[in-house]
Amino acid sequence: MISPLGENTVLKSKMISRRMFLLSAAKAVVLFGIFGRLVSLQINESSKYRTLSDKNRFREWKLAPKRGTIKDFFDKEIATNEKVYQLHITPENTPKIGELFFRLQKILDLSDVRVAFLKKKMKKQKPWEPIIISDNLSWSEFSRVNLFLHELQGAEPIVSVARVYPNTSAAHIVGYVSKVSQKDLQNKEYLRDMSVTGISVGKTGLEHKLDESIIGKVGFQRYEVNAFGKRIKQIQIDHGKAGENYKVTIDLQVQELASDLIKDQAASVCVMDIFNGDIVAMASSPKYNPNSFVHGIKQKEWKELLNNDYKPLSNKAISGLYPPGSTIKTIVALSVLENDVMSPKKIIECKGKIDFYGEKFHCWKKKGHGRVDMRTAIKRSCDVYFYEMARRLGVDRLSETAKQFGLGRQILEGFFEERSGVVPNTKWKKKFIGKNWYLGETLHSGIGQGYYQTTPMQLCLMMAQIANGGYKIDPRIISTEENPQKNLKDYIDYLKNNEDDDETGLIASNFNVTKLFKNKENINFVKDALYAATNEPGGTSYRSRLTDKKYLFAGKTGSSQIRKFTEEQREKEVKQKDIEYKNRDHALFVAFAPYDDPRYAISVVVEHGGTGSSAAAPVAKKVIKKVLERHQLRKDQNILIGEQI
Amino acid sequence: MFRPGSIHSSLSLREKINSFDYILVFSILLLGIISMFAMYSTDGGQLSYHTKNHIIRFLAFFFLFIIISLLQIRIWFSFSIFLYIFFFSLLLAVKYFGLTSSGSQRWLNLYFMNLQPSELMKIGLLLFLARYYHQISTRDVNKVKYLFLPFVAVLAPVLLVITQPDLGTSILIAAGGVIVVWLAGVRIKFFTYASILLLSLAPIAISFLKPYQKSRILTFFNPDRDPLGAGYQIIQSKIAIGSGGLFGKGFLNGSQSYLDFLPEKHTDFIFTLFSEEFGFVGSIFILIIYTLIVSRIVKIGNITRSDFGKLYCYSFATAFFVYIAVNMGMVLGLLPIVGAPLPIMSYGGSSMLSIMFGLGVAMSCKIHKDAAVN
Repeated sequence: MISPLGENTVLKSKMISRRMFLLSAAKAVVLFGIFGRLVSLQINESSKYRTLSDKNRFREWKLAPKRGTIKDFFDKEIATNEKVYQLHITPENTPKIGELFFRLQKILDLSDVRVAFLKKKMKKQKPWEPIIISDNLSWSEFSRVNLFLHELQGAEPIVSVARVYPNTSAAHIVGYVSKVSQKDLQNKEYLRDMSVTGISVGKTGLEHKLDESIIGKVGFQRYEVNAFGKRIKQIQIDHGKAGENYKVTIDLQVQELASDLIKDQAASVCVMDIFNGDIVAMASSPKYNPNSFVHGIKQKEWKELLNNDYKPLSNKAISGLYPPGSTIKTIVALSVLENDVMSPKKIIECKGKIDFYGEKFHCWKKKGHGRVDMRTAIKRSCDVYFYEMARRLGVDRLSETAKQFGLGRQILEGFFEERSGVVPNTKWKKKFIGKNWYLGETLHSGIGQGYYQTTPMQLCLMMAQIANGGYKIDPRIISTEENPQKNLKDYIDYLKNNEDDDETGLIASNFNVTKLFKNKENINFVKDALYAATNEPGGTSYRSRLTDKKYLFAGKTGSSQIRKFTEEQREKEVKQKDIEYKNRDHALFVAFAPYDDPRYAISVVVEHGGTGSSAAAPVAKKVIKKVLERHQLRKDQNILIGEQI
Repeated sequence: MFRPGSIHSSLSLREKINSFDYILVFSILLLGIISMFAMYSTDGGQLSYHTKNHIIRFLAFFFLFIIISLLQIRIWFSFSIFLYIFFFSLLLAVKYFGLTSSGSQRWLNLYFMNLQPSELMKIGLLLFLARYYHQISTRDVNKVKYLFLPFVAVLAPVLLVITQPDLGTSILIAAGGVIVVWLAGVRIKFFTYASILLLSLAPIAISFLKPYQKSRILTFFNPDRDPLGAGYQIIQSKIAIGSGGLFGKGFLNGSQSYLDFLPEKHTDFIFTLFSEEFGFVGSIFILIIYTLIVSRIVKIGNITRSDFGKLYCYSFATAFFVYIAVNMGMVLGLLPIVGAPLPIMSYGGSSMLSIMFGLGVAMSCKIHKDAAVN
């Protein structure tokens, strides 16, 4: 049966099918598009998206590594780590921040200013990042926090480790650590990947020098986090690596004694092993408490340190610059002898002053020393004799010897605070001052005044290299550091045992040691003269001598002028102690001991201490005794370490 | 050659059951089972709220699908006008009594479920227009006076839904309507006119868009514009799918969704979750099942004798395809995020109801393919 609309129905049916065909074609295109997109996302770019997905998933929390320790030569701790009690807050776990702070303020000493600061800081960081409320709570504060913990939702008492310096006598050597500053980040490249909350960085001294290796390797905890940053589970933990531990050549007992002896003065004491260059003590006074810096120093304490005239923050042993005064006479005499300028027997009459080129040059002794030879001139520190020697020697030859023996350069490695001082000569003056050298200045140089600037450590090295017979040594403070002159002691023992004076220098090169002299006799002459200065009546440090043969030492005093004495003062014979503190001379003393079989060299500098014989030599005397008493122990310890001295 | 009204009465229940399109039934069931596992994964590997609800709804509406399949096709023919008016009045009811959630008023509280009438309207409009074009002759299709009613029938619900606001659903409703009109043979020039009209009205329409809708569209053109804000969903979805790779991260191991980086993972982004866990292979498998479903419905359209059945099946198949294409295009970053569920897979009772209802009517066309509708 065909309906009247049959034709129409067929037409309509065809139309629908035709249109449907077009739609199907369109569907195929769309389907192909979706397929292509899936291929592109899941096959072609899959690795890119997998990386992005992991970036989403994982978040790392860095862990501060444990800083290496620093121990003294006898394994006593100088810098170590101790447990500290801290209080952290994780904002996302803290429903009522305001209330928490209110309660904490009742329990802890937490100022409103600090609270405001913390709240501000909290707003800047992510809610899951903990914020440190206090990084060093006392035990009683910590226990109070724990007691009230149920009321302090979001507060987390944490036991962490922080730097501690059990012995502050070595404060200047070790330096201190503190929070990383912008400047640290600019200067120290290794710090850039170490942005860990609570990491400390070495600011001065050994902490600064050794920072890169002592700081350790940052660890991390990798957590899987959800979209809101909440930690879901720990995926990986890397504890990092604790920093390297170091052992220094310092003997804390000597260091402490030296530090004590000079404690109320602006002064420094350096003690050095004359064969291997080990620095036994390097004390600087006044000292400061490096522990104050670890958790951020208080403004008041910092201001006090800065405003103190005695400059407690400066390590005077290596950054204090002083004219060497008469202590340089050892070098002047040596230089004169080495250059054959004058015979040691030459007699000069000292009348207390001398005219040169129309200028008056005074001896420290107004009445004069009378007729003196070179030995007596050193023993009694006659300035007139040295004016004459310097005049004949010339400043350039003097500067050569002075530089050879360690003046005018930095002698420790990696101490940014160390200064090099000045060993002047004609070229130097032309270059740095732009003027020609005056002969009068040569004379001033001859008694260690004028342009001469030295650090106590340089003077100690100078003394050590004379004491060991005139051989080069490389001072060191880290006991594991390579010592290029390690055979020096063996060489000297070899010469002694074989009664060989090694004139050709062949044996010296075999032992890999460097001679600083031309004629051994010259060194011995200077040593003998120094013996006289300390141990013969009339010697400048006679009053500070040690009579026990074991402790016999030989040394040279020095006083370096800060301000030129006026003619008037000279006439009145004004005593140093009657002058204003700031204008008093620096007192210096350099020595070696024991005289018969030298082992150690020492330098003592007391700022504005007056004369070397009264202020510096007595300190040296006590330190020398202590050092020599401990010599056997040190020797045993060296054998233990496996290095013969 | 057939006699209207003579065949349908002779079909017994057994015959009806035998004439089911079992490939279609099997595909729907398979998809349903896959969607249960996907839902289980969105719940973090627990048989909790979403999974349980989804299973119950799927089973209930699958049963409804069977019932509807068994009913005479002419019932749907004769009820189509009523259904359209009924759904339309529900939309009006939403306007006045609807529940508001996250800023839009889309649901009616039926106590046992929250009904989203706009979802039902997707099917209601198809039925209504299929009947309309079944009844007018080919000659009249392109007469302007016969274009008036379809135009109003499409525009009225679309406007109601767009003001809920629900851009996604309104686009899908409109798409369904346009498909039927297209199939009926309305000349291309009318579509061109309509497009021109729409484009010229676009600036006005844009001024009616909510700020978040505007930002979604802008974001589509440049997802990096605001990676933590409006672009977040697209970026995270692409990361999830891309990181799935060839074989996926494994069941319950989709870190993007497990760690909540993926937004709306139960509903619009269910494909993303599946794709992350089962990779390219899984995605293609899903795509094949959907293609199978669409092609089976088209096939039913081919063998159905009545124009109503043909129009309905073709338009429903196409609309079904559009739903899939819009959802996948959206999660794959090919289309702006407009809020369109993936049929059967996505969580949501109304969407499931409307799709199962639609599928039921299509299956009824298969079983009663030779029956006349009036």
